[in-house]
Amino acid sequence: MSDRLQHGVTSHVPVLRLGEVLLVTLQGDLHDSDAQQLQQDICEAVANSGVTGVVIDISGVEIVDSFLGRVLAEIAANASLLAARTVVAGMRPAVAITLVELGLTLPGLRTALTTEAAMELLTHHDPAAGRGRLSQELG
Amino acid sequence: MPSSTAVEASLPIQSEMDLAWVRQHVRQAAAQLGFGLVAQTKLVTAASELARNTLVHGGGGRMESAAVTRGQAHGLRLVFSDEGPGIADLDRALTDGYTSGGGLGMGLGGARRLVHEFAVDSTPGSGTKVTVVCWVTPPPRPYGGL
Ligand SMILES: Nc1ncnc2c1ncn2[C@@H]1O[C@H](COP(=O)(O)OP(=O)(O)OP(=O)(O)O)[C@@H](O)[C@H]1O
Ligand SMILES: [Mg+2]
Repeated sequence: MSDRLQHGVTSHVPVLRLGEVLLVTLQGDLHDSDAQQLQQDICEAVANSGVTGVVIDISGVEIVDSFLGRVLAEIAANASLLAARTVVAGMRPAVAITLVELGLTLPGLRTALTTEAAMELLTHHDPAAGRGRLSQELG
Repeated sequence: MPSSTAVEASLPIQSEMDLAWVRQHVRQAAAQLGFGLVAQTKLVTAASELARNTLVHGGGGRMESAAVTRGQAHGLRLVFSDEGPGIADLDRALTDGYTSGGGLGMGLGGARRLVHEFAVDSTPGSGTKVTVVCWVTPPPRPYGGL
């Protein structure tokens, strides 16, 4: 069902394939070169596997500065050119507050509160899918 | 009063690895001084921006950190210094979106918004010193009461 792609090895970041989606889990303090390597790895993984979505789980990331923010935005732009959509999942509230103050609102980046919500956003083609999960839960 | 041993430090900024040490030190120092999670995150992010500028634009340098007090308030002061080319036009460097390299140009102006006090001392040709201070919001009642 899921397999760990070899590409993830170089940047020390686990990249997992779940059906049509690549799940990338960022943890802790990412060095600049790791982030750049990751960008390249994801790009190649998307091209080679033909997935239609990328979920980047940043719930384990304590800070996003302008460097990592730019890398995330560029991953989304790369994936988009390769016909895949990217969703950044699980941003911590403190990180969101800091990013806005920093002036980095990353308008082109789709986000979801959890990895599950991100997966649903990418696998359901209904445009209201992002809200669908919440209304299902609530009602 | 928090002990200053874990707060005071002089760290080199010569490599990417050093940027990670700077972030880790600022996180620990801020936690030690009693900053909340959001304030810690802002400080570490500002420090990451300034340290990267020291490395990338300044050609390397140092960060000094120290606990500071003013009246009842206490806070954290971070000084980033290098002996690089300096900043000729500070207003332009602080403008969001201005970069002399391939960055987003958000680092310097963004870092200024994330801290309470921000000062740049730069002489073209002989380096740059950026000093920032963040104050811990004083609790509504003095801790431990008098
Ligand atoms: N320590 C420094 N020494 C020399 N020039 C500097 C220094 N710090 C900043 N600058 C100048 O100020 C400009 C703006 O800095 P800023 O951090 O805002 O953007 P950046 O580093 O180019 O991009 P990023 O958004 O990735 O940080 C830089 O491009 C550089 O020209
Ligand atoms: Mg910068």
